[in-house]
Amino acid sequence: MRRVYLDNAATTPVRPEVVEVMTEYMLKHFGNPSSVHWFGREARRGLDRAREQVAGLIGASPEEVVFTSGGTEADNLAIKGTAALKGVQGKHMITSAVEHHAILHTTEYLEKQGMHVTYLAVDEYGAVDPAGVAHALRPETILVSVMLGNNEVGTLQPVKEIAALCREKGVYVHTDAVQAAGQIDIDVQDLGVDFMSISSHKIYGPKGIGALYVKKGRRVEPLAHGGGHERKRRAGTENLPGIVGFGMAAELSQKELPQRRQHLETLRDRLIHGILTNIKHSRLNGHPKHRLPNNCNVSIEFVEGEAMLLNLDLMGIAASSGSACTSGALEPSHVLLAMGLSHELAHGSLRFSLGRENTAEEVDYVIATLPGIVERLREMSPLYVGKE
Amino acid sequence: MYTEKVMEYFTNPKNVGELPDPDGVGTVGNPVCGDIMRITIKVDGGVISDIRFKTFGCGAAIATSSMVTEMVKGKSLDEAMKVTNRNVAEALGGLPPNKMHCSNLAADAVHLAIKNYQERANGEVSGERRLEHQCEHVKSN
Repeated sequence: MRRVYLDNAATTPVRPEVVEVMTEYMLKHFGNPSSVHWFGREARRGLDRAREQVAGLIGASPEEVVFTSGGTEADNLAIKGTAALKGVQGKHMITSAVEHHAILHTTEYLEKQGMHVTYLAVDEYGAVDPAGVAHALRPETILVSVMLGNNEVGTLQPVKEIAALCREKGVYVHTDAVQAAGQIDIDVQDLGVDFMSISSHKIYGPKGIGALYVKKGRRVEPLAHGGGHERKRRAGTENLPGIVGFGMAAELSQKELPQRRQHLETLRDRLIHGILTNIKHSRLNGHPKHRLPNNCNVSIEFVEGEAMLLNLDLMGIAASSGSACTSGALEPSHVLLAMGLSHELAHGSLRFSLGRENTAEEVDYVIATLPGIVERLREMSPLYVGKE
Repeated sequence: MYTEKVMEYFTNPKNVGELPDPDGVGTVGNPVCGDIMRITIKVDGGVISDIRFKTFGCGAAIATSSMVTEMVKGKSLDEAMKVTNRNVAEALGGLPPNKMHCSNLAADAVHLAIKNYQERANGEVSGERRLEHQCEHVKSN
């Protein structure tokens, strides 16, 4: 059967070039980068090179890159690592209502320890207003964390503006750029952030590896203590195959970024237009312009997301939904609800996230397939009666 | 995550639709939870002679709706009242644990339609029955 993968925001296929270099660092250069001997030195060279490659993707210096087990750990390291350094009791953090759970569940954990946290509201497109950040800043604020591009609806946040006004007040800024990296140009100097999380498996690298950018002069308390790896910011023997794979994926992403972005945006706009014009009572979620190049998130009225996903899957199309029924969660997407969508529209959401290998023909297949699925489910839906 | 049987009933649901001029109507669920089931029945000599469902919901919601219509069609009202949500789930070879309470309301909808029929027969109500199922997991709505 035909298979069309449109869930690249969940994860991406690992590129052959990446697999090749990873294999080399398992079979041949298997040494421990901390060892003095030849094997260790070879491994160290791979580690250093990967750090440069990853730094290059975001305009950082290599020594500002701390490898972690992924985006989630990078987020945890930025938030808990700051709290551990600056204190929790009576301190204050600011984040947004539409962050990934790697942020929200971490700040909720800190709240239980005595941290005060402000969750910034978003507009109908899921965007934070920088003025809201300015208003929420307090003398006790130790960190502001706002994502660069939203994983569900793709909306890009005004991180540069937020960072500028925080800098005036001497407050550090973290951004979760897990979805944005490799899709849009990122320059940490230009953005003006102090910390940034990125992940390998969203940019055609392996799972289990990511990084936290820590601006020169900024510190985080490590989450795990042990050896002096990663400049004492992340103990534990480096996941070298993962790291060199991440490095290769980062380098390829940087090289291909302009073409990739254009390719994705073309497909995205084709898909959005095709769905909205072919399915009545459908709407785009997220900002129409300021959105990730690969994200198409729509709500289809009167039908539920999981039922659509199962039908799409039967037709070989892989997508995801913000419906409660799909994640094992009991609530529909917190992002869609924060944007003011009704529960019903949140349950009826579909996210298609494109990748570098997708084609216009695949997009057209989705556009041709989805209306029939929706029609069939609407015929079954008690909410649809009289809405035709 | 779903059994083959669930997928079979989800893909080819039986008794979809709405009966014209029904003897009893039961609607359960809540759009907040993401599941609404509407059952219409015809009753003939104390037996459910015909039944249709309309469901807004996930795969489990649609499969259980379809299954329950098959289980109670041709059954006496007493027998149909004894069919539980659990029986329906079992007939489908089980449901994932997180679906057991939120999407497994089909038998409730049938019971409600039967009550509605009985109330109409006794002249207590003329309209239909609707039960806003409270989803405990949905906070502060």
